[in-house]
Amino acid sequence: MTSLHNNNKIKLGLVIDLDICVGCHACAVSCKEWNSGGHSAPLTDLNTSGENPDGVWFNRVHTFEILDEESDNGYTLNFPRSCLHCDDAPCVTVCPTGASYKREEDGIVLVNPDACIGCKLCSWACPYGAREYDQVEKVMKKCTLCVDKIYNSNLPEESRVPACVSACPTGARSFGDLGDSNSQVSKLVEERKGVDLMPEQETKPVNKYLLPKRRLGNTRNAPRMNNFNNLENKKLNILERFVDKILS
Amino acid sequence: MSKIKLLPPAPEVSLSSKISDDVKTTTCYMCACRCGIKVHLSDGKIRYIEGNPDHPVNGGVLCAKGSAGIMHQNSPGKLTKPLKRVGERGKGEFVEIEWDEALEIATDWLGAVKRSNPKKLAFFTGRDQSQSFTGWWASKFGTPNYAAHGGFCSVNMAAAGLYSIGGSFWEFGEPDFENTKLFIMFGVAEDHDSNPIKIGLGKLKNRENTKFISVNPIRTGYSSIADEWIAIKPGTDGLFVSSIINYILKENKFDSEFLVKNTNSAWLVIDNPGTDQDGLFFRDKNGNPVCFDENTNRVVSVKEKEIKPQLEKEFIIENGLKLRTAFCKFKERFNSQEFNPEIVAKEIGLSEETITRISEEIIEAAYNSESNIKQKWTDVDGVVHSEFKARAVSFHAMRGISAHTNGFHTCRIIHTLQMLIGAIDAPGSWRYKAPFPKPMPGGPAPANIIKNDDGSLKGMPLGFPQSPDDLLLDENDDPIRIDKAYTWEYPIAAHGLMHSVLRNAWLGDPYKIDVLFMYMANMAWNSSMATNNVHAYLTDKDEKGNYKIPKIIYSDAFYSETVAYADLVLPDTTYLERWDCVSILDRPIGSADGPADAIRQPILELDRDVRPFQDVLLKLGERLKLPGFTDQNGNPTYPGGYSDYLANHERTPGVGPLAGFRGKDGNQIGIAESNIQQLQKYIDNGCFWSDEFSESARYNKYENSDYLQYAKKMGWVGSDDTRITMQFYSETFQKFRLAAEGHGKRQPPLQLRDRIKDFFDPIPFWYPPFEDSLNQNGDYPLHAVTQRPMHMYHSWGGQNQWLRQITSENFLFMHRDLAKKHDLKDGDWAILKSAHNQIRVRVKSMDGVNKNTVWTWNAIAKKKNTWGLDDNARESKDSFLLNDLISDLLPINLSKQDYANSDPVTGQAAWYDLRVSIRKSIKQDDNSILSNTISAIKPINQVFSKLSKAIDVPKDKVSSKAPEEFKEKVPHKPHSRKEFQND
Repeated sequence: MTSLHNNNKIKLGLVIDLDICVGCHACAVSCKEWNSGGHSAPLTDLNTSGENPDGVWFNRVHTFEILDEESDNGYTLNFPRSCLHCDDAPCVTVCPTGASYKREEDGIVLVNPDACIGCKLCSWACPYGAREYDQVEKVMKKCTLCVDKIYNSNLPEESRVPACVSACPTGARSFGDLGDSNSQVSKLVEERKGVDLMPEQETKPVNKYLLPKRRLGNTRNAPRMNNFNNLENKKLNILERFVDKILS
Repeated sequence: MSKIKLLPPAPEVSLSSKISDDVKTTTCYMCACRCGIKVHLSDGKIRYIEGNPDHPVNGGVLCAKGSAGIMHQNSPGKLTKPLKRVGERGKGEFVEIEWDEALEIATDWLGAVKRSNPKKLAFFTGRDQSQSFTGWWASKFGTPNYAAHGGFCSVNMAAAGLYSIGGSFWEFGEPDFENTKLFIMFGVAEDHDSNPIKIGLGKLKNRENTKFISVNPIRTGYSSIADEWIAIKPGTDGLFVSSIINYILKENKFDSEFLVKNTNSAWLVIDNPGTDQDGLFFRDKNGNPVCFDENTNRVVSVKEKEIKPQLEKEFIIENGLKLRTAFCKFKERFNSQEFNPEIVAKEIGLSEETITRISEEIIEAAYNSESNIKQKWTDVDGVVHSEFKARAVSFHAMRGISAHTNGFHTCRIIHTLQMLIGAIDAPGSWRYKAPFPKPMPGGPAPANIIKNDDGSLKGMPLGFPQSPDDLLLDENDDPIRIDKAYTWEYPIAAHGLMHSVLRNAWLGDPYKIDVLFMYMANMAWNSSMATNNVHAYLTDKDEKGNYKIPKIIYSDAFYSETVAYADLVLPDTTYLERWDCVSILDRPIGSADGPADAIRQPILELDRDVRPFQDVLLKLGERLKLPGFTDQNGNPTYPGGYSDYLANHERTPGVGPLAGFRGKDGNQIGIAESNIQQLQKYIDNGCFWSDEFSESARYNKYENSDYLQYAKKMGWVGSDDTRITMQFYSETFQKFRLAAEGHGKRQPPLQLRDRIKDFFDPIPFWYPPFEDSLNQNGDYPLHAVTQRPMHMYHSWGGQNQWLRQITSENFLFMHRDLAKKHDLKDGDWAILKSAHNQIRVRVKSMDGVNKNTVWTWNAIAKKKNTWGLDDNARESKDSFLLNDLISDLLPINLSKQDYANSDPVTGQAAWYDLRVSIRKSIKQDDNSILSNTISAIKPINQVFSKLSKAIDVPKDKVSSKAPEEFKEKVPHKPHSRKEFQND
């Protein structure tokens, strides 16, 4: 078991606006591209030209339909999913070797590949399905919040944000210090009443989601996932529970 | 949670490692959006591609396709060397050859055509972004048979816009996202202008008191974030908007000042049925149209200053001639009961309340002055204004409107609504992007049959006819073009009819061609209708055993489906390996606030024996000694290749492909002499050039003096003191109609007269999509359409190893009630049947879809063994193309002759008209009843690298018999009426 630092002052994370996410996958592919040469490279791909192409993605976009069988008032929700860099990260505490850790200086949760034994306990512990096992490298990988980009002095100041934030065409993703109540991201969360993903899990996620402004409260029935894309479906039940919860 | 202290030391994380050795800018080509990108290079390889923050198109953002550019470059599906066919067409049996031989073969074939009859070359360039160059090549070659894929894509949008308001939706205009209150988007629009629209939607939705309405039978993509989703019945958008117009007229909420000043709605039209003047504008002795001046109660020229034209006026002049304003005619139509919201609501599946409420919302947003912009500006009459008045309702439409047989008129109805409320180029409305608006009626017409002495055309092959005189008919009134564009069948086919080329060439109708030359046009796959027939057209032989389409040359960077049908393959580079240009002469990337153009520069060294297509085309031009490609001594005009052409070519004096950094010192723009440092200046500037209009020139461009002065200097308009008058009423169309009524020297053949009379209505009108008539007996109760996955561009996404992890198979989506009705569960197989064909599909149900519509993602399916995919790839195993169900001819009960399945005005391919029925698939449904076209061709890795290997090919593989899979089901003669019905 690995312990967590208590009370990081700086809590870097993302704020994701579900009101304007069109589900275009720009964040997912941009992430894949940066990180394929980044801190946790490679992001191995399998069956690249074959039947079931799959690979390591730190960020995946799902499209749900929120159904309302009685009123026809359902809607479509695009939902990007990646590590939330939780304050109480169960993936860290469960790690038997200390490979999973949360950085003291900014709260980013990372994996030390040299210490990772590929036991996958962390991926079982993470309620969000945010961990990605590299079947070739035999180590666990995950969103690094582009730790090698956001501080990189080789890049112009404006580029020192996670790749997904740079790319997002609708501006649905914001990056900043959620530990600072005066930061722009904290203000945005306050203004839009941003939520934790599945708070009952007590993981205290740093990343926040902003809910669609429209039609909240109209949908009491269980949401159903429609796979408009073929990204892997793991832990959909949990995501469905979340979507159900925030909307009912 | 239990926490044990004692942490292992956190490992050192490299926070600031070197990213790349070099960063180069260029322009993305992963779709038609043309964003600026920065390519980070390490050891000469791509490390990372990001959006260029300085670029006017994307301002630093980048879509999924753009970021996946690295996998486009690393694709296993790339071609590596010129190929010559050795087996039968369609089998994919080739031998690799050297470029010298490839160019020699092409020169031989093309030279023979050039010497005998240049129109026997059909040159179609697909998703080409160098159309001003490829079109010029065709013109110099002397063939009229040139187009890109616009006739398949969205010519309805281009033509309806350019014939109505002098600009168009597509990517030639943009909603004023900063100021609009209400934004209404019609149909799927996720492909063109994709990042600018996404950026705009984000801005719009983050502003207070705005609303985004999506009118689309399917609720995905942009529609998923709409504040209101209108699940319209496909093809009825025009009826919906007609009803809104009806409401606005009834409520008297139209903008008469705008109409009178900026459109021809107050011009007087001759109302004298049966005569050759009926429906034309009444003109004074100087030939100027006239209006009725309320100030003086006189009929005066519309050009006179300080007049007050009356919008609604109907009277008889001295000689008994009846005159009415165009607006009267318009009002008579749209005031009709048939457009009453109560009646329309039933037909399009909405409630009356929805139509009237949205009409009210449009009125409210249009006349709300909150978005007015305080800014002094001067109009063409010299009147100084203190502000730009807002019309904060904006519209956008794209292929959801375009790809119907009623697309042209539907789009014109939307433009009519815009004119009616003055919501054009005002703050908060849709705005023209530079270099639009263009004066109307516009030109030039397509180059006609009379050529220059050197054999070249007297203009460009594509253009804009203004009267029957501009049609491309020869002395016997036969079509000049192979695709019959600009004939009485498709008079305003401004982008050609790519989808008719293969059929017509195979039939020899209107004539046989000798060489079919295609570039980046996947015409054997998703850029065709009736894909199952198309493969037969390409492989069919005459009684002597010769292919009916004798010679096929194809250029593509990838092993796409069309490659296997070519006799000679000229492998192209990727967009990161060549010079290229995004020209104002072509499809510009400017914004509403100023013009822009861009270049591509070679970022990567070539690692295989391929050449940029544009360089190859220049070489062919030199070898064929086409005018403009060599000087009098036969030396190349552009010895440095395409980059030489980009910097030094002048279309007319001072006008080159690139408008920026012109003149000796590179500090002039627009019309100025060329500059040898021009490309370097572009590179230094991030591979683009852009300029900004002054604040006083940014709105009301059709009458804005500062704007028009700028536009004149740039060569976009001829005059800076003339208002650009919008064509509320199309006199051009009336000229075609008069011809059909038996007037004038060029008249349509008898069997086409009713069609021309009907569809060349000078005032737009709604009619049901043609294929709807197939459902008279309820045989085809469902509409079938495609949507665009935002992470894929046509068939080019399938070879991309990242993008295909997101989507590698497609399903047929339908409403859960419909699925229940047919006992279909997710993943079940169903038989989808059209009047043309039937295919087997896997289904999924959903909620956000019109209840009588089924849909799928566009162009996911791939033919087996193409694009470098494995045998078992889902793209070719479990996927399907709707193209297989779409007839290339109109439903037979609609006409007495074979028309393309196209809009009757523009020839736009009408693939959204498709009607189908569905049933659950049963065990007995084996493949024999189906005509999916996914069967195998030879994979790229089995292409013979040496001729010796080719000789070893087993006999059966080089047999001259027609491919087995086509034998049974493909008609080897034209459809007769009966056969079609039996299909």
